Amino acid sequence: MPLLSVSNLTTRFYTREGVTNAVENVNFSIDEGELLGIVGESGSGKSVACYSLLGLVPCPPGKIESGEALFDGKDLLKIGERALRDIRGNSISMIFQDPMTSLNPYMRIGDQLTEAYRQHKKSSKTEALSRAIASLEEVGIRDAEKRINAYPHEFSGGMRQRVMIAMALISEPRLLIADEPTTALDVTVQAQILELLKNLQEKRKLSIIFISHDLAVVSNIANRVLVMKQGEVVEQGEVAQIFNAPTHEYTKKLISAIPASGKPAEHKFASSSDKLLSVENLYTRFNLQSGSFFNRKNEKLTAVNNVSLDIYKGEILGLVGESGSGKSTLGRSIIRLIEADSGSVRLGDQNIRSLSPSDLRKARLQFQMIFQDPFASLNPRMTVFDALAEPLITHKLIDEKNLIQTINELLDDVGLERKYVRKYPHEFSGGQRQRIAIARALALRPKLIIADEPVSALDVTIQAQILELMLSLSKKHNLTMLFISHDLAVVRYICDRVMVMQSGCIVEQGETETLFNSPQEAYTQSLLAAIPQIPSATG
Amino acid sequence: MLRYTLIRLLAAIPVLFFVVLITFTLVHTAPGGPFDDERKASPEVLEGLNRHYNLDAPIQKQFVDYVANLIQGDFGPSFKYPNRSVSELISTGMSTTLELGIYALLFAMCLGALTGIAAGLKPNSLQDYMPMSIAMIGICLPSFVMGPLLVLLFGIYLEWLPVAGWGLSPGDKLLPSITLGAAYAAYIARLTRNGMLDVMSQDYIRTAKAKGLPQYRVVIFHALRGALAPVISFAGPAAAGLLSGSFVVETIYQIPGLGRFYLQAAFNRDYTMILGTTIFFAVLIIFFNILADILLAWVNPKLRQSLRGNSR
Repeated sequence: MPLLSVSNLTTRFYTREGVTNAVENVNFSIDEGELLGIVGESGSGKSVACYSLLGLVPCPPGKIESGEALFDGKDLLKIGERALRDIRGNSISMIFQDPMTSLNPYMRIGDQLTEAYRQHKKSSKTEALSRAIASLEEVGIRDAEKRINAYPHEFSGGMRQRVMIAMALISEPRLLIADEPTTALDVTVQAQILELLKNLQEKRKLSIIFISHDLAVVSNIANRVLVMKQGEVVEQGEVAQIFNAPTHEYTKKLISAIPASGKPAEHKFASSSDKLLSVENLYTRFNLQSGSFFNRKNEKLTAVNNVSLDIYKGEILGLVGESGSGKSTLGRSIIRLIEADSGSVRLGDQNIRSLSPSDLRKARLQFQMIFQDPFASLNPRMTVFDALAEPLITHKLIDEKNLIQTINELLDDVGLERKYVRKYPHEFSGGQRQRIAIARALALRPKLIIADEPVSALDVTIQAQILELMLSLSKKHNLTMLFISHDLAVVRYICDRVMVMQSGCIVEQGETETLFNSPQEAYTQSLLAAIPQIPSATG
Repeated sequence: MLRYTLIRLLAAIPVLFFVVLITFTLVHTAPGGPFDDERKASPEVLEGLNRHYNLDAPIQKQFVDYVANLIQGDFGPSFKYPNRSVSELISTGMSTTLELGIYALLFAMCLGALTGIAAGLKPNSLQDYMPMSIAMIGICLPSFVMGPLLVLLFGIYLEWLPVAGWGLSPGDKLLPSITLGAAYAAYIARLTRNGMLDVMSQDYIRTAKAKGLPQYRVVIFHALRGALAPVISFAGPAAAGLLSGSFVVETIYQIPGLGRFYLQAAFNRDYTMILGTTIFFAVLIIFFNILADILLAWVNPKLRQSLRGNSR
């Protein structure tokens, strides 16, 4: 008999805009000690399905219409809030995507860990505390006895997720629901957390429902997989079958959307004659202050440490590194969104770092940025037309007559229909918004585009489309681009050359395929090894 | 934390200096003087008075002398109540005004926070709309309307509570405190409601629910600290406003507080009294604002860390 079996689960959201079928007739089950992966893109209902089981869907607007969820002979959907409370955090626990926001910032982690245990087991404070320490040690937090009095912000991202896991496991649940538990983490940290979950599953005979948008991660860790699309389960089966012989069209599309190969277009190899940008010995430092009033310590954090690089005309240069490696700071220091401390940046024959503020404003025509979150970086009160026209008009690049024609051409370029021109950013999907952001960057015909994680916030099928678009545009307009990303597969797919950054320094650089096939530095090797890969059918 | 408090206290000194400078300049440039009474005094008497109160010296010297005395804690003599010093007069009214202010603040905090929490837990329901509409009325009604209305209802029709006085008959402190605190209660209710709504949608509230905690634990231990942060930052200026704004209420209920001295001093051109009360209120306002900021840092460990100077 399965540990949990869900049948005909349907959850709808009733909002002013209408009814959304978040989860539609979903059936699945999970056995003791099994790891079930649920994959799907954002909005596919994978999280809502699991939240419905535990009564965590906010209602209103959410409403569970029908279904049955048998756990231990009890129907979770019928037993009511009070009985459900005894199950939540006791025999079924959850961990969430972002451990920073999912832990209470106002409470010491010791209190957060013990509170559920004391609630469910009615134990004394001291007993709960020793359980909490043991639980922290189990998930690999050293000095647990001391760390237990720390606040969440005093931990790193990976350690915070370990705290979350310890918190979920403290009452020895039989089922753990992990909602995108590694999405907010760096790739090497992700590998550690996956390893930890796998170990716990084996050691404790723990059943895990692993929700993720990342197919490669799921293919590495799950026993069985459920593929969801728009609230429905389109396919489910053993992991090998799903990834090697998918039957449903959508599953095939998902798998093929993962950038798994090198650049499809011809690589542009640099010749020293057409150097566009050259950065020499760039340093950017931030001030850190610590210590008490009587014992001040002024430390400098060197975010960019003696970086020199060249970008050649028409190439896409990839800059990869984990969070905190200084890759964004480097990008921003180059175009003086952040002031560097020393070094030189030359674009053509201009020294960017010695420009006066007014000259810098004029020079900004030549470099444009594309950001990670297009929704946050587009003004919500400006239509597409205004957003695109504004830079053209401010820089007096165009007269009124040609304005509409130019904007239409821009929209054609990025594959948006011309009729969308009067719409506002919130009326578009994430992928369309990123197309607008790209059109805006292209509008000024810049010499250099700095793209900072441009596809990280997008679903994998949308990501594939945007990458395709960026490749075709770079070919059409002979764009030069600095492409900053933490995602090595994406970088491999789109970039001609790659630089690897670690704690402010460039540790390795080279032509993409050379670097990926034979990395020289230990750090690059460990980064590459940590990327989850879908196992191929033959091996 | 200690360092932050010290810095804030030190920063208060220049603020106070400018308060003194500006008030001093204003009262001395305003037309009229402390001895322009209906009854004309002879020029000799006036001259004697001016000399006695150091008003014949050049204005710059008067200022320097005043500040010098101030540093020694001397607010000078009152011009209108001979033989009584400003410090004496302030200390007589102070305790009443402070008491009234504290009761009003307590009333505003308790009622405001409770209704705000109730409303924030069930947004867009009757439990939300009812108290929030009443709160809106509370914000719109000035205390000189609210006071007489309350007196009319509870004092005259129902005869439950005395209509005036302070500490003279049982329960006479109730109506003034409510009148003074009502508008603040309404503000606090709205702030708490919005804070509550904001916090309840946070990820860590979902975590708390996923742990199987009962609703009261989720609200009290997880939501409240975050929800009350905006209330605390409002409470600093509010406390100061309650203390200095009690004049109207003190008049309605015949309460011998500081507010009346303040207004009389202004009408009488009682220079030292105006300066003295202004400085006293300024100190209170600064003190309560610093206190609110320290409290904020105390409830928010992350803010505490950044105050220690870990930001870049």
